[in-house]
Amino acid sequence: MSTKTALFVTCLVDQFYPKVGEASVRLLEQAGCAVEFPHEQTCCGQPAYNMGYHDEARRLARRFISIFESYDVVVAPSGSCTSMVRVFYPELFSEDPEWQAKARALGERLFELTEFLSERSFAPRSTFEAKVTYHESCHLLRELGISEPPRALLRKVEGLELVEMERSDLCCGFGGAFSVKMSELSEVMLDDKLRYAEATGADVITATDCGCLMHLGGALSRRGSSLRAVHIAEILAGSL
Amino acid sequence: MESRSHLFLDGVRKALDDSNLQQALGNATERFIKSRNDSFATFPEGEALRDRARQIKEDTIAHLDHYLEQLADSVRRQGGYIHWAADASEARQIIVELARQYDSKLAVKSKSMTTEEVGLNEALEQAGVEPVETDLGEYIIQLANETPSHIIAPAIHKTKDEVAELFVQKLGSPRLDRHEDLTREARRHLRDKFRNADLGISGVNFAIADTGSIVVVENEGNARLTTSLPRVHIALMGMEKVIPDLSSFAAFMRILARSATGQKMGSYVSIITGPRRRDEEDGPEAFHLVVLDNGRSRLLADPVLRESLFCIRCGACLNACPVYRHAGGHAFGSVYSGPIGSVITPSYIGHDKAAELPFASTLCGACRDVCPVRINIPHLLLEQRKNVVAEVKGKQRRLVRWFALVNASERNYRWALRLAYWLSRPFVRNGRMPSAPTLSAWTRTRDFPAPARQSFRDWWRRHHG
Repeated sequence: MSTKTALFVTCLVDQFYPKVGEASVRLLEQAGCAVEFPHEQTCCGQPAYNMGYHDEARRLARRFISIFESYDVVVAPSGSCTSMVRVFYPELFSEDPEWQAKARALGERLFELTEFLSERSFAPRSTFEAKVTYHESCHLLRELGISEPPRALLRKVEGLELVEMERSDLCCGFGGAFSVKMSELSEVMLDDKLRYAEATGADVITATDCGCLMHLGGALSRRGSSLRAVHIAEILAGSL
Repeated sequence: MESRSHLFLDGVRKALDDSNLQQALGNATERFIKSRNDSFATFPEGEALRDRARQIKEDTIAHLDHYLEQLADSVRRQGGYIHWAADASEARQIIVELARQYDSKLAVKSKSMTTEEVGLNEALEQAGVEPVETDLGEYIIQLANETPSHIIAPAIHKTKDEVAELFVQKLGSPRLDRHEDLTREARRHLRDKFRNADLGISGVNFAIADTGSIVVVENEGNARLTTSLPRVHIALMGMEKVIPDLSSFAAFMRILARSATGQKMGSYVSIITGPRRRDEEDGPEAFHLVVLDNGRSRLLADPVLRESLFCIRCGACLNACPVYRHAGGHAFGSVYSGPIGSVITPSYIGHDKAAELPFASTLCGACRDVCPVRINIPHLLLEQRKNVVAEVKGKQRRLVRWFALVNASERNYRWALRLAYWLSRPFVRNGRMPSAPTLSAWTRTRDFPAPARQSFRDWWRRHHG
């Protein structure tokens, strides 16, 4: 019997990057999962939490947990949203042991997509003739401690040449509301990041998170750069 | 120091417009962090030592009252005096009063962020005591009439040429081009001050509870002169700087300089225990230790923020921070800048006055990676954001309420998706939004993605529904 796997698609993918969601479904099915999409899902509450509004975040967190806790496994194409549930929900419920326990239990069964695929020893069947550089999304790298699995998956893609940029771990300057509230700082951080990325001569910069990618891609398209920002799920699923 | 933290964004703009500052800061922070990383990469016991250092801090801060009392007893036993300062003004009063009592006219100072925190120099000047900074960076800053922009490298924002020009104007020096010559020039001026000073004022890196010693770590030898040459030595410490014993210090000694500059240890590590003894030939006649609270007990009382008291002021979090790298220390408008400054400043000066600082971060966590005592800085910033919002009625409140309402049910959410799609239509060009009302801060240099015509959930319903 296959595990009852829910896709937590994340609001950013749902609204702006549905193809990333479709690619995630394909990958999970290739990995042998029976994928379900709990349609009541909305946002995990991270924007409210990051802006300091814990009451609002807690309401959404309770809602999120209630929707997903009946599944064996939950997978999200985002390190940031995964870390919100796994790392920050327990902190959000630090004064509510009952919900904190629920949050912890769900956090143990909720995975970021490349993390999940790696744990299942998944081998991508896709071909992608391109030079690709990998940007480490901060929450994936530093809250979840995941650095190698996405690279290992990329290396298995037929035709793909993975080129490392200097400071792949450097933040792109997105930071959610930071990118608007402190846009001047966000812009110069983005400049630094893109300088490193473009120096590799890569065709594509990829990452696990659409937050970073909308930021990187937004500047690249504005500049008419030959570098493209693409979500890792689309590369691994061969949807390009 | 008067806080200018509420003007953070003005400070950022000023910093970004200053190409000298951008270059100086970029070079220096990059060099520091590279040295730091190289040094830990070849230091196999480094990670275990960081754990041990954190453990020591956890234990000491959990029993801070006990260790402070023990420290006070030990200092007195060694013939020194201990003073307690509840806030900056008390600290200034105590030190100025001591200077009067000893009839001091000229005070040499070694680098101390805590004396910056209490605004000691102005108070000394007003009392007719000339304070002279003797750390090269601090000396430069004092000549320029500025404040330090980095915890361990106060003049990090200045290029060599700017310093040369400053020396021409303030010291009447010839135009000097080499680092060595500039340093020699400063040394020449400072030697005179050392010879004539009747008061030495230092900071404290660590205070040892069971021996009553203070430890001062430095690279220039100026702190050793400051603490041994004048007839009186006053040391000012934040109350969190106490540790149990010298064997605890051994752990910190090996990670402090590595974290700060990548050095194995500071060039000069002075362990000072009381004033000169009868059988000793040098050292001050009197030793006073001033222990400062100034908001630290507020941090201590907070179960989450307490962790910020583990900080040993190495500056590594500043060097690793991509925001600090561009904003520089002055933009923060507070004595302590960078990631740790944004955590502690709101509790020191008030969340209303420092409301911007906890938000001056993408929460990337690079600071936590390099913190020698593994302070979870991004999480503490989130905690301070919560405190800011609770105390200051934020402009974002309405936006967040709307966000929460939209996400409170699938029905609201779907409705909002549709609305966003239709509202965005007039602004979409080639599948992107090069500009849009309310998004101008984003779209100045970046395209915004267009909401998809068919959301993922619509696709799912069509294919799997």
